[in-house]
Amino acid sequence: MEGLERIIREHRFFAGLDEGFCQLVCGCAKNVRFEEGQYLFREGDPADWFYLIRHGRVALAVMMPGRGSITFQTVGVGEIAGVSWLVPPYRWTYDAKALELTRAIAMDAGCLRDKCEQDHDLGYEVMKRFVPILVERLQATRLQILDVYGGTS
Amino acid sequence: MMSGLSDPMVPRVARVVRRWYETPYTWTIEIESEPPGTDAAFEAGQFNMLYAFGIGEIPISVSSDPAATRRLQHTIRAVGSVSAALARLQPGEAIGLRGPFGTGWPLESAAGRDVIIVAGGLGLAPLRPAIYRVLAERRRYGKVSVLYGARSPDDILFRRELARWRENRALNVEVTVDHATDAWRGNVGAVTMLISRATFDPTDCIAMVCGPEIMMRYAIAALTEVGLPDDAIYLSMERNMKCAIGFCGHCQFGPTFVCKDGPVFRHDRLRNLMQLEEI
Amino acid sequence: MSIADRAIVTLEGLQSLFEVLQQRGYRVIGPTRRDAAIVYEDISDIAELPRGWTDEQDGGHYRLKKRDDEALFGYAVGPHSWKRFLSPPVLPLWRAEKRDQGFAVISDNEPQQRFAFVGMRSCELHAVAIQDCVFLDGPYVDSHYRARRVGAFIVAVNCGQAGGTCFCVSMDAGPKIKSGFDLALTEIVTSERHVFLLEVGTEPGAQVLGDIPHEPAQDEDIAQAEAVLARTAASMGRAMDTHDIKELLLGNLEHRRWDEVAKRCLTCGNCTMVCPTCFCSSVEDASDVSGKVAMRSRRWDSCFTMDFSYIHGGSVRSSAKSRYRQWMTHKLATWFDQFGTSGCVGCGRCITWCPVGIDITEEVRAIRSSAAC
Repeated sequence: MEGLERIIREHRFFAGLDEGFCQLVCGCAKNVRFEEGQYLFREGDPADWFYLIRHGRVALAVMMPGRGSITFQTVGVGEIAGVSWLVPPYRWTYDAKALELTRAIAMDAGCLRDKCEQDHDLGYEVMKRFVPILVERLQATRLQILDVYGGTS
Repeated sequence: MMSGLSDPMVPRVARVVRRWYETPYTWTIEIESEPPGTDAAFEAGQFNMLYAFGIGEIPISVSSDPAATRRLQHTIRAVGSVSAALARLQPGEAIGLRGPFGTGWPLESAAGRDVIIVAGGLGLAPLRPAIYRVLAERRRYGKVSVLYGARSPDDILFRRELARWRENRALNVEVTVDHATDAWRGNVGAVTMLISRATFDPTDCIAMVCGPEIMMRYAIAALTEVGLPDDAIYLSMERNMKCAIGFCGHCQFGPTFVCKDGPVFRHDRLRNLMQLEEI
Repeated sequence: MSIADRAIVTLEGLQSLFEVLQQRGYRVIGPTRRDAAIVYEDISDIAELPRGWTDEQDGGHYRLKKRDDEALFGYAVGPHSWKRFLSPPVLPLWRAEKRDQGFAVISDNEPQQRFAFVGMRSCELHAVAIQDCVFLDGPYVDSHYRARRVGAFIVAVNCGQAGGTCFCVSMDAGPKIKSGFDLALTEIVTSERHVFLLEVGTEPGAQVLGDIPHEPAQDEDIAQAEAVLARTAASMGRAMDTHDIKELLLGNLEHRRWDEVAKRCLTCGNCTMVCPTCFCSSVEDASDVSGKVAMRSRRWDSCFTMDFSYIHGGSVRSSAKSRYRQWMTHKLATWFDQFGTSGCVGCGRCITWCPVGIDITEEVRAIRSSAAC
């Protein structure tokens, strides 16, 4: 468990989290790895786990009939794959697939949600870290959909 | 020119020596002044006014290596009648040339510091001369990152060079696209996402940003977020230009003339202006 | 005669001045009546001056009225300014001619005949000095402006009365002529006499004066001229409080007054056409029918046009509000950043020739009275 705790504390997402909370969070975590092409989760699946990427790159994509799998975002080292675990109905709205060998910390979403419910201070620490990610992603998505570069029509 | 004082509005005649396709609607033309061998020195970031016979004249940044002073490359997207005419010119054809004009990228200020180059779409073209200069004196600079965002994989400019720079490991090169295709295995997402991931010392760094204005605003916000002060960020502005010499008035942006006070500006000078609508 | 000396010249002497200037090869331009306005054109005789006429000016209003005396310069300024001679509204720049292997660029000589500007007012002298700064003092020199400006002979005229929209006093641009002239005259019209007090400003001015009949000026002549100017200074039609005006305007770019003036502004650009310091231009490309010769010319342009600020996709300033704001803040505020002075000389033309009578002095007053800072 000690090695995992160290890994968690080193990840950007948990930077600055105090000792006690780290241990709590650790209780919901495990080390995982995905081979290139392996899915972390698929659209419609229950959002039971989310992933803090330690190494590698993950494509977030949707399947569009007639066009196949379209990647709308990639996430890499230090980033998070999966945000739908935070809000009901706790189901994934897209696929996540490893583009290369990817190592991650898998967090048990249900476990973490329960602990946050029991300890609101932990809940706040987790929210404080998650919301900026959501905001950053939203802002980046805005720039993406504005389609500012021109080019292929 | 017959009059006693030469007229800076009169172009000299240059010749297209090569041209090639880059990405949809975008070509690079390489031109040589006449007579051949005439020095065409410029600073990275400067632009020329290119004239297509009988059609018109527009400002285009020089996109080639400043060390190659006899031939100039201009990467042109055909969006209007003049740009389309220029992009259509064939080797051997004549072209009108005035310049170089404007301010260049702060390569001297950046010496001894980390450099982060953020480009979007066609914005990589005015930055390429700066990249060449950094590579030519690589040891003068710290960590150098080139972060490039394009619309889609087909729109990635200078793709082979980007790959070569990445392979050489002289620069940290990251490319992302807004819209992926099936075959794309690289990053997908706005170029701003690459900024938070890049490695550089925000307290000892110079950023050079070029692309559509909204992309530059977002990129600057992201750079500011990671700790770069306003006087460490440089951007290249674009405005309507008819003369490039500060007389026609079209390129005014607040108190500045983009043609002579820019196009490269330090961000602290423009911060307030960029927040205003229709200025 | 030397510089700063003063002389008295009669009507005959003034006629002689015209003749001497023409003999010396100048192209004489001065005020004359045409199309119910007083405009600047080629004139050769004092009979062509608007003798006995004055102008009645207000917001969006210009009428000529008969005076009850025979003053030759008894009016303010009209729709023309001297910029139409120094920077012509349409100016050929160069032409390109197709050759075997491309094309050649040919630019022609500048006109050789020098101008003599008769009737330039103090505000106009300031305006020319302002344009000198734009076209001659920067990193590039406008060779066309320079060719017309250098060697121009200026016979300036001190205003005998202020115009209805004048505010040169507020802009420190008049009414008294201080510098920048070869000769300056003040018209003295009484029941007893009709003469001109002439002041010499330069060596060429002194030489010209030497060729025309004149008498030395007496103290009472000088006193009469001073009284004329004092009366003019006291009767300005408008005023503008220029205290901290740059900070005022640039600190209120989102003031609701801009929306209000935008409702009235037609973006017709009249103000920019008549303003003696507005200098924006554009270029035009044309070719002959065979397509073998392409011509490029420069023409006056206005920041009020829809496509003035056009870049791919659209104009940066597409709303009328943004265009009016651009004009006024450039004229009164950012001009300081660019050229070190105000761009406005208080001539009032923009007020007179605005079809809806927008008054730049009133706009400043309105912003000042309810400024955010």
